Amino acid sequence: MSALDPREELTQRLGLAEVPPVRFASPDQLRTALAAHDYLSSDAISSVTFLADRLAKPVLVEGPAGTGKTALAKAVADSLGARLIRLQCYEGLDESKALYEWNYRKQLLRIQAGRPEGSAEVWSELEEDIFAEEFLLARPLLEAITATDPVVLLIDEVDRVELETEALLLEILSEYQVSIPELGTLRARQIPMVFLTSNNTRELSEALKRRCLYLHVGYPDVERERDIIISRVPGIATALAEQIAQVVRTLRLMDLKKSPSVSETLDWARTLVILGREELGEDLVVETLHILLKYQSDIDKATREIFGRAS
Amino acid sequence: MSETVDAARALESIDIADQPLFRAALRATLVKSGDHQSAFDTAYDVFFANRRDEGDLETMNAAPESSSRDAGAAESPQRSGAELADQLFDALREHNLRAMRQSATEAVARYAGIEPGRPVGGAYYLYRTIRQLDLEEMERRLSALGLGESSDALEERLASDEAHQRIEDFKAMVESEIRERLVRDRGAEAMAESVRETLPEDIDVMHANREEMAQLERALRPLSRKLAVRLARKRRRRRRGPIDLRHTMRSSLSTGGVPIDVRFKPPRPAKPEIVVIADVSGSVASFARFTLHLVHAISSQFSQVRSFVFVDGLDEVTHLFAQSDDPAEAVERITAEADVIAVDGHSDYGRAFSTFATHYASQLTRRTTVLILGDARNNYHPAQANVLEDIRSRVKALYWLNPEPRSYWNSGDSILSLYSPHCDDVLECRTLRQLESFVGGLT
Repeated sequence: MSALDPREELTQRLGLAEVPPVRFASPDQLRTALAAHDYLSSDAISSVTFLADRLAKPVLVEGPAGTGKTALAKAVADSLGARLIRLQCYEGLDESKALYEWNYRKQLLRIQAGRPEGSAEVWSELEEDIFAEEFLLARPLLEAITATDPVVLLIDEVDRVELETEALLLEILSEYQVSIPELGTLRARQIPMVFLTSNNTRELSEALKRRCLYLHVGYPDVERERDIIISRVPGIATALAEQIAQVVRTLRLMDLKKSPSVSETLDWARTLVILGREELGEDLVVETLHILLKYQSDIDKATREIFGRAS
Repeated sequence: MSETVDAARALESIDIADQPLFRAALRATLVKSGDHQSAFDTAYDVFFANRRDEGDLETMNAAPESSSRDAGAAESPQRSGAELADQLFDALREHNLRAMRQSATEAVARYAGIEPGRPVGGAYYLYRTIRQLDLEEMERRLSALGLGESSDALEERLASDEAHQRIEDFKAMVESEIRERLVRDRGAEAMAESVRETLPEDIDVMHANREEMAQLERALRPLSRKLAVRLARKRRRRRRGPIDLRHTMRSSLSTGGVPIDVRFKPPRPAKPEIVVIADVSGSVASFARFTLHLVHAISSQFSQVRSFVFVDGLDEVTHLFAQSDDPAEAVERITAEADVIAVDGHSDYGRAFSTFATHYASQLTRRTTVLILGDARNNYHPAQANVLEDIRSRVKALYWLNPEPRSYWNSGDSILSLYSPHCDDVLECRTLRQLESFVGGLT
């Protein structure tokens, strides 16, 4: 038995009419497309995203907060002109919020309305009626599965969900289908692109990791961070952007409670532009350090180490 | 196992001649954790990196030297060395990666002295090459570039970090070059064995070298944070509390007054009290520091944490942790501020216990759990085990954590067997992983 291309195999299993075309021709083309939407990707990001599309597998993006994991999914959706369906995970997330829920109120109303005077409605007809798709409230995962227009599914901060709740996701991630006891199995009408993000606050289960391609997004190096600043902060001088990236690198090398993330770097850069500064000086940095560091103990430590004085 | 199958299937669908894509495919399917990335990169270099078609080790060693011999006459060895150093400095200054790599190749050929068949590790060759190049001096010169009289502390710091980064990048290139030559000499399988790294969680704390110690320090903070998160979630998830009638009635309104959804009050299990008594002498000190850091990082899981440190005198350090929200900072202050030397600076467990009993035993309750950290090496002072017996009688539980391997217990001046009858359990606790699982189990 010859090995089938994963996309062909999935197409057969889902019963689609034809194999959907590959979305990106190469990692470089992907990178250019994302850059057009202000997202600068590294080699790792563009190659893994390309592979995910090619192999029809979801991508698990893991890394510290504020490094552009969610932004990646948004940028991919923008560049494809696809709708972004987002499931924000939290502790206590359950099936009814993630997958689907029966619209109890509508069902009750239907049952009460369907009783013409005097006669008792046949139960079997009623049962079929109230368990139809119109009484189903589709939550993000189901919505992504049943969509016919192009969609990108983003399952955000999956590490917030408890270990047992991850089981909800497994069927969707490997088979792209949802089983509803009363209705049967609903299969995807296309091969969606799926991103999962995690802030690494806990170990995800093996079963989940197995179904995904893994992408680690760490803090960018100085060159890339400078490019990101230039791209996202209009009107900033290149020299200042470079200095900003260097200062942030220095802070990340220190043992801080919370290292500055890329979004904090951008906040700082924007603040400096608003203040009209063209270069960094000791006083300016000390005054604005609280934009980068969110803990007083970190601010004290950084001020002590770099400037040798109390803040 | 399944990851290997995934990797193979992924490779089937791509053009494996595309080297970067090949590597990305392997990494995306085989590596499932951020910590493992560097291990993957090393293993990949050993097995798959581009091999230049230059035959075996001897040819590689001979090539650069022969070209330099052609270039000059009597002075050539020294001048070529200086030229190489200048070439490298320029490459570093301009941050020219290709020139840096070129210099790395030449430096390894000239200085590492790799001989075929010699059973020496890559670290030795790296050390030789770096020393001959005097990289420390080069880093100093690099960081001084562009600075002047008027440079402030910030500029100096940025320059020095930038110089350090470039030197580290260069060292990585040298290491990679050495590894390639060794693979050529010994074959990939043999190399793969020798580059195997231990994960930080499995490093033996007592025997860690300086680099491993740095790794441990770095791993401690994220580890304690993950533990805190995991325990907080476990606590919330436990048995449900009693039924909350008001909440249930409210949510039944959306289902026509029928309480389909039953709501419960959140559970509120009692939090334990912890008292830590830690030996901070000599080699046991780092173990004590890590444990204190970990326990205080999850202090919200306990109703109260009190910490004491001793060598032959005992001192309470709870206030240091209360004053700072960063356990690492408090731990640093212990070394400076705690008053632990009373007599001669050699551990005296008996004296420490009796000091503790005299001043604090009356504050122990049936809800307290006591943790003693140490190797029980008493320097032949009197044991005073009866004091420990008394302490045990007042508390819920008493545990002893010993960072030494079990086979060393009771050897020499270790009197663990005199204390262990009064402990609920004596545990070998040598790695962060063991420490984490014990501390997690306390809650």
